[in-house]
Amino acid sequence: MLKKYFSSNSIKLSVNAKTPEEAIREAGNILVKEGKIKGNYVEDMIKTYKELGPYIVLAPGIAMPHSKPSEDVKETAISFIQLKEPIEFGHPTNDPVKLVFALGGVDHSSHIGMLQQLSMVLSNSEKLNKLMNIKSYEEFLKIID
Amino acid sequence: MRVLAVCGMGFGTSLMLLMNIQEIGEKYGIKVDGEATDLGSAKGRDFDLIVASSEIAKELKDEKAPVIGINNLLDNNEIEEKILPILKELNK
Repeated sequence: MLKKYFSSNSIKLSVNAKTPEEAIREAGNILVKEGKIKGNYVEDMIKTYKELGPYIVLAPGIAMPHSKPSEDVKETAISFIQLKEPIEFGHPTNDPVKLVFALGGVDHSSHIGMLQQLSMVLSNSEKLNKLMNIKSYEEFLKIID
Repeated sequence: MRVLAVCGMGFGTSLMLLMNIQEIGEKYGIKVDGEATDLGSAKGRDFDLIVASSEIAKELKDEKAPVIGINNLLDNNEIEEKILPILKELNK
């Protein structure tokens, strides 16, 4: 169940972010506030993006910032932000990004089920289009259910 | 045949990719063994085929095995279109 990972505090809609770093920080800070990750992990996500480039833009319009599974992650964690205006991450085929999912894992396997469920939702183009435009947490829950 | 799936941090996208490829193999009766790993551990390994997201694939172009880059990791059609011909070729 993907739902169990998202409280109403885990998502933010129509977020103003002008750069990839701002977007990653917005999505990461949600998890810090929820107590699921430490602030260091947000910095690691930004560092990963800077070092390895825009590969975190896994599909058109979708970025999934993450870093290595680490002690700074207390439980399998995911947050979602929908950007008000899409922004460029520098990916040759998948820019611009409108949806950002920040991910955290405690080890190499516990979060794989969550990833699979997420990819099932996001590979459904109807659901994906809806996510781009939803206005409430309730709508979000319906889509990921 | 042995396939190495690679992602940036070894977080899990490579594992998902590998499972996708194995499903494609199964569908067409081709046995695919494999390993999922991160970019740092991917170089100099002995595999028949390397698959990664396109941005990561660029970093692996000097490897011996053919490297396939996937633009949209959530698009099973793209993965199948790119992978299947090579799986069939390698399986001959």
